Amino acid sequence: MDYETQMRSPIERQRGIIDFTLSSLMRRKVKNVGLLCLYALIVFILASAIFFTSSIKKEASLILRGTPEIIVQKMAAGRHDLFPLRDMEAVKNVRGVAAVEGRLWGYYFDDRLGANYTLIVPPAARSSAEPSEARPLFWFNAAALEPGTIVIGEGVARVGKLSKGDSIAFTAYDGSTIDLKVADTLSSKSELVSSDLILIGEEDFRKLFDIGKDYATDITVEVKNPREIPTVASKITRVLPDTRPIVRDEILRTYDSIFNWRGGMMIVILSAAILAFVIFAWDKASGLSAEERQEIGILKAVGWETSDVILMKFWEGAIVSLTAYFAGVILAYVHVFLTGSLIFEPALKGWSVLYPHFSLTPFISAEQLITLFFLTVVPYTIATIVPTWRAAIIDPDAAMRQTGE
Amino acid sequence: MIELINVKKVFNAGRPSEFTALGGISLNIEDRKVTVLKGPSGSGKTTLLCIIGCMSRPTAGRVRLDGREISGLPERFLTDIRRKGFGFIFQVPNLIRGMSVLENVMLPAYPLGEPHARLKERAIRGLNDFHVSTKATSKVEWLSGGEAQRVAIVRALINDPDVIIADEPTAHLDTHLSYLFMEIVENFKKEGKTVIIASHDPLVCESRIVDSVINMRDGRIEGESS
Ligand SMILES: Nc1ncnc2c1ncn2[C@@H]1O[C@H](COP(=O)(O)OP(=O)(O)O)[C@@H](O)[C@H]1O
Ligand SMILES: [Mg+2]
Repeated sequence: MDYETQMRSPIERQRGIIDFTLSSLMRRKVKNVGLLCLYALIVFILASAIFFTSSIKKEASLILRGTPEIIVQKMAAGRHDLFPLRDMEAVKNVRGVAAVEGRLWGYYFDDRLGANYTLIVPPAARSSAEPSEARPLFWFNAAALEPGTIVIGEGVARVGKLSKGDSIAFTAYDGSTIDLKVADTLSSKSELVSSDLILIGEEDFRKLFDIGKDYATDITVEVKNPREIPTVASKITRVLPDTRPIVRDEILRTYDSIFNWRGGMMIVILSAAILAFVIFAWDKASGLSAEERQEIGILKAVGWETSDVILMKFWEGAIVSLTAYFAGVILAYVHVFLTGSLIFEPALKGWSVLYPHFSLTPFISAEQLITLFFLTVVPYTIATIVPTWRAAIIDPDAAMRQTGE
Repeated sequence: MIELINVKKVFNAGRPSEFTALGGISLNIEDRKVTVLKGPSGSGKTTLLCIIGCMSRPTAGRVRLDGREISGLPERFLTDIRRKGFGFIFQVPNLIRGMSVLENVMLPAYPLGEPHARLKERAIRGLNDFHVSTKATSKVEWLSGGEAQRVAIVRALINDPDVIIADEPTAHLDTHLSYLFMEIVENFKKEGKTVIIASHDPLVCESRIVDSVINMRDGRIEGESS
């Protein structure tokens, strides 16, 4: 007899055990496929929630980056009024100010569609794509925006079923109708920002709202050193007491409350999914079936070591959970970024008529995927191994004592 | 040669349910012979087979295998000796349901890391030897009793052990199948394998191929005859 321990290839050993695990999984096809589907569904919900929450946060930070550091509004008896451009000089002279620019924008309610548009006159310098770092939130073909034409956001195009060449009839301040032709649609990094936008030429804007050449809606102020923003803002109030500077932080807070509400919905979904997963893993951890126990007994009796049995169960857990993990993640990606969170839609709708298709720009980080991995694959695999441990240390002679089936 | 020196096995030692299953067995089992452990139910045959086959350790006494003491070895080594040196035929076939005959036969070899193709070839050859190769891809639950046992035998032989241990192999077989089993044992002997059978079936104990019968009662040997 050859009792010398032969060197066995560890890789071949793993392969052999994986072979066995696969055929072992195959024979309970219905049960295991059901398990896999349930598991993938939970991963899907978790992943959808995580993708959605972090994408929406990312959108918020994008919006923030595109927001001017300080906006100055003219106030008349506590009401937002038009900003006289002659006051710009005074703001320019405040120490710490880098640049000042007048903006022309306003909301327009289209009663035919019941939708609110945001009309913006694009600043000449930023009309198209700039170097990637400072890329604006949206870009369009600047040459297309001639007098009498507009460039519309995706949401506007969708709701009004508009495309290039169509026109929108606007009702001007005096009740007359101004027809503006759609020259192009906007491309953007974040549809959240551009969906309800309409870019309009300066002349058309002034005609529509009856705003004189010497006025703007408000002005934006660029600051040399971002740490001086509060100081600069208070200096502006001193120089022009009838104005109100709005700093970026305040704008962020407003956005935050909107995003947090949506994020909050996601946390509810997320916790429900985690709870389901815990119950599911607990059920798995709570024990092996009599059949599984008997099988482990047979394996030990025919010469498997305790570690072989545990390795086999490890692979079983790993194969099931990795498959479910990848299936769930891929489905969630499709769900959140390609179908616009179709399943979550009821919870997300109702912000505005212009958001019937809430489509997010894909942002996925390794961190999210790792978090998800530790939330699902790791606990499940452990939950499969632990009860096996107890069964695998039984004496191999137990199988000898099975006398009937 | 397998030597047992004053081997004892006590279950549940120190507890009220303490039970001495083997009360000091000294025995030599010769290589290439067929040895039968005979005795009524509860006499300790299975317990003794487990100790001989490195499935469990004696409470006291020594077991030597080809002169090497194995009773003190750690579990890992025992497993290794067991899976290379011993083939087990259980009272029931102990096949894993839902898996094919072929996979069941390959079972003991998976953790040894032999290349799959070579292992499969060997398994098919084994099934051929026992005339069950046509069933290779069927599920084990469709086998008849005799077929199931032959598959279990092929499995016991997959790692080409020198010693075959069989516990009440004919308990669930009819007379015809029992004779067939004894023919298989005869072939083992011809191939130079050592066979140890626990049985109280006269068909086994009185067979001409048996070299030695050891009578057991209450965990002790009554007297040797041949
Ligand atoms: N794990 C155990 N714990 C307690 N008693 C046991 C255990 N295994 C066997 N026994 C007892 O040891 C005795 C011998 O059993 P066994 O070796 O199976 O006898 P046989 O195979 O000859 O019928 C029996 O009385 C049995 O009840
Ligand atoms: Mg017995």
